[in-house]
Amino acid sequence: MGPDSSQRILMPVRLRTVAASFVIALLFNFLPWPDLRVVPDLVSLVLVFWCVRQPRMVGLGTGWVLGLLYDAGNGVLLGQHALAYSLLAFFAMTLSRRILWFSLWGQALHVVLLLVGAQAVAVLVRVVAGAEFPGWSIFVGPLIAAALWPPATLLLLIPQQRRVSAEEVG
Amino acid sequence: MEHIPPPFFKRGPAPLVRLAFFASLSLALLVIDARFRYAEALRSALALIAYPLQVVAIAPVLLGERVADYFSTQAALVEDNERLRERLLAASRDAQRFEATSAEAARLRKIIGAAERLTGRAIPAEVVYANRDPFTHKVIIDKGLQHGIDPGSPVIDETGVVGQVTRAHPLVSEVTLVTDKDHAIPVQVVRNGLRAIAFGAGASGTLELRYMAANAEIENGDQLVTSGIDGTYPPGLPVASVTRVERDSTHAFARIVGQPAAGVQRGRYVLVVSHEAKLPPGPSAVQPGKERRADKPRRARLREADGPR
Repeated sequence: MGPDSSQRILMPVRLRTVAASFVIALLFNFLPWPDLRVVPDLVSLVLVFWCVRQPRMVGLGTGWVLGLLYDAGNGVLLGQHALAYSLLAFFAMTLSRRILWFSLWGQALHVVLLLVGAQAVAVLVRVVAGAEFPGWSIFVGPLIAAALWPPATLLLLIPQQRRVSAEEVG
Repeated sequence: MEHIPPPFFKRGPAPLVRLAFFASLSLALLVIDARFRYAEALRSALALIAYPLQVVAIAPVLLGERVADYFSTQAALVEDNERLRERLLAASRDAQRFEATSAEAARLRKIIGAAERLTGRAIPAEVVYANRDPFTHKVIIDKGLQHGIDPGSPVIDETGVVGQVTRAHPLVSEVTLVTDKDHAIPVQVVRNGLRAIAFGAGASGTLELRYMAANAEIENGDQLVTSGIDGTYPPGLPVASVTRVERDSTHAFARIVGQPAAGVQRGRYVLVVSHEAKLPPGPSAVQPGKERRADKPRRARLREADGPR
């Protein structure tokens, strides 16, 4: 976290910002992708983001419901992503104090562990349930998602920063 | 003075407890969904919530296609027209041949007293959405229970069998493709009538004929069609062509791999053939000329085909 961003006091987050970010992430996931394995899962990225930033507001329950929606919308085994997202939310909340001490790329290194772990849980569940292993490229998606962490952070903090910067200018 | 934490420190149950709660809830759901079929109502409700998002997500792609269509050049249109006319000619020739053949077949079947085969209602549908689940080979189509889709109905396209409806939601349905690992379909070799079962081979996008004896009479290039003995798929639909046969004397079974005939991975428009029409007809249906159900277009067509003779 650079000095310019750490010193700036953010506005309290609004619920509709959080909701809108989740809806947009779900939309991105429902886009018709040609190869599904290398597409980053933005829902998990946004979930980690809000669990780290607002652990009081977004947590296990949100992750679980999002996971269920994801499972039902995609027709996969019900509960697969609900479990993965619950674990993801838990560990993101546990690490939230630690993660925020690092620079954006340092945070991304933490996030990559979380996302790959969540994907591994989902894969493990499916393989245990009898599906075939879809190949190692399934872990490319989480890597790309983690690389998107710095731009996603800047983007998602814009709604909280706008008025502060307006005051500074004024 | 009592030390009670002020209300803004209250956080509900400890995170670990919450994790245990949600994780066990997920595991219970997983087991219920994988082993039993009790979670279908919940899944339908959730799928209905997710449906608008799916429609919005697919909209820009459809819009882009429409815009591209609009700006397609005249030369492309002329060329397209030419090709389509050729195909129409070929198709109408085939259709005439089909009329004659089906009339002849109907006559023969009457002679041997076999039940007339019924082809049912066909509902056209569009693939809105390839499944985002990389573990399975399924697609979502834009017709559901409200349009009369039944779970179990076979799905075909213009070249062959695509798969089978495995889940019907109110507005969309899920189609398991023939290449899915858990999908099996009874087939027949066109050349010699040999029956077999084709299983999906999963990620490779091919089909596999299992449990065929090492000396089974099957060759590269053999056409496989549905045999219809399962009562689900109507007989005679192209399924695959054999691309590889490996006979190993150390194994009891030959390894036979086929390429699906339909555009399983790329087609956008499919036909859902109604399920009930393909149930084997009861004994009363065997008697020729007896009208059992008025809503069978096939009967009318068969009679028409019989008429001119």
